Amino acid sequence: MRIRCPHCGLRSHAEFSYGGDARRQRPAESNADAAVWSDHVFLRDNPRDVHEEYWQHTHGCRVWLQVTRNTATHAISAVSIAADKSESPCNEDEQ
Amino acid sequence: MRYSVWNLARQALRGHRHWQPAWRDADPAKHYDVIIIGGGGHGLASAYYLARNHDVGRIAVIEKGWLGGGNTGRNTTIVRSNYMLGNNTDFYEWGMKLWEGLSQELNFNVMLSQRGQFNLCHSDAQMDAARRRGNIMRAHGIDAELIDASAVASALPYLDYRDSARFPIYGALYQGRAGTARHDAVAWGYARAADQLGVDIIQNCEVTGYSFQGERVTGVHTSRGHIGAGRVGIAVAGNTGRLAGMAGLRMPIESHVLQAFVTEAVKPCLDHVVGFGASHFYISQSDKGGLVFGGDLDGYNSYAQRGNLPLVEDVIESGVALMPWLSRARLLRHWGGVMDMTLDGSPIIAPTPVDGLYINGGWCYGGFKATPASGWCFAHLLAEGQAHALTEDFNLERFANGRVLDEKGVGPVAWAH
Repeated sequence: MRIRCPHCGLRSHAEFSYGGDARRQRPAESNADAAVWSDHVFLRDNPRDVHEEYWQHTHGCRVWLQVTRNTATHAISAVSIAADKSESPCNEDEQ
Repeated sequence: MRYSVWNLARQALRGHRHWQPAWRDADPAKHYDVIIIGGGGHGLASAYYLARNHDVGRIAVIEKGWLGGGNTGRNTTIVRSNYMLGNNTDFYEWGMKLWEGLSQELNFNVMLSQRGQFNLCHSDAQMDAARRRGNIMRAHGIDAELIDASAVASALPYLDYRDSARFPIYGALYQGRAGTARHDAVAWGYARAADQLGVDIIQNCEVTGYSFQGERVTGVHTSRGHIGAGRVGIAVAGNTGRLAGMAGLRMPIESHVLQAFVTEAVKPCLDHVVGFGASHFYISQSDKGGLVFGGDLDGYNSYAQRGNLPLVEDVIESGVALMPWLSRARLLRHWGGVMDMTLDGSPIIAPTPVDGLYINGGWCYGGFKATPASGWCFAHLLAEGQAHALTEDFNLERFANGRVLDEKGVGPVAWAH
């Protein structure tokens, strides 16, 4: 499996660290509902299909990427720099 | 037909033309009292113990492919009971006790080989951790011995015991009753024994959804039509997230790929199960002669049943660091299985929020060795509607209420367990 880093080009995934599901939205710090936090920390969609996920190019430019990858085939259909994505990993609306 | 020396001789004299199939290839009936989804070791063991220990009426196991085609046939066949948190300790030991009588129980040779397992320690800190684990095991009546380097050296003379070794060996935690079993035989043995107790085993039947009456599950939609059920148990580790998702449930599980390896057959050279403490690596030699080993997960969500090459390199580097002579063996095959990695690294055998739907999954690395105990306890859950005393901790609520069973202490990162 190789990931096309926007800075470094096509590189082996061994250079990258996995960061997991990129669709998870961290609840606002002000949210005191324990059930919301435990859902965020412990529950996953875990699709057998297209999966949005974070990878960091640890042994390269160290940028965090958002990768669109199919978990059934490992085929990668899109790679972008995570910071450029409009969706924030933190749910700011609630703040 | 009972398997025995007498029957073997009788069939031999008749030219081996009259052996019966080990189980019926059943067609689905309209309705069962209990349906178990998943014809691997866990599903078949659950059906067997359900029929043997409980009175629940008609039972079916439905399997999308063939029996034992998932992780039952993809593991490194190690059985042991060296866990230390909550129910894990006694649950895996109950499994070990069931393993010890399993061939007689099932009248099927599961080739249990209690050759002993060494978990090597390479630092004082690891010796301390091993002492703690060993003491917990012994307090629960499980055999464990903390042995020093000279005792390890007399049993495993082929390792490097010099102080200058890259990973010097300080000692090991040894469980003499641990060992290996023939993985396929476990599925086949349970299937045959369950079939003899009247369980319908339905292969090539994929579940596509559930039917409900109000909040209660009333059956499963499958590629071979609807099958009604009083209760439905999911035993599909690797795919628990998907099967639970069909009922609208989200699970504390990610699916990850774990690779395993076997070399060409060589003469007997490795008499035990050996676990490396400085890197994640475990190895044993099969009865056929192949060196069977494995290591870490690949480390990213996957349902692909195959991994990537960087992990192959990583596992083999670990192996060669421990046993340099491994570099002379040629790799015959390697394969991947899909693990249900729970967010605390411990399994789930529990009712779900959906009435009539029960889950057995989240086995992480522990699935194969757990097969008999898992079946025993899941059968209890399916029959009684509440957890067996050995699996009360394996519930879904533990994640929300803070009672997680995190043996490794790494926190909620599925691929780190």
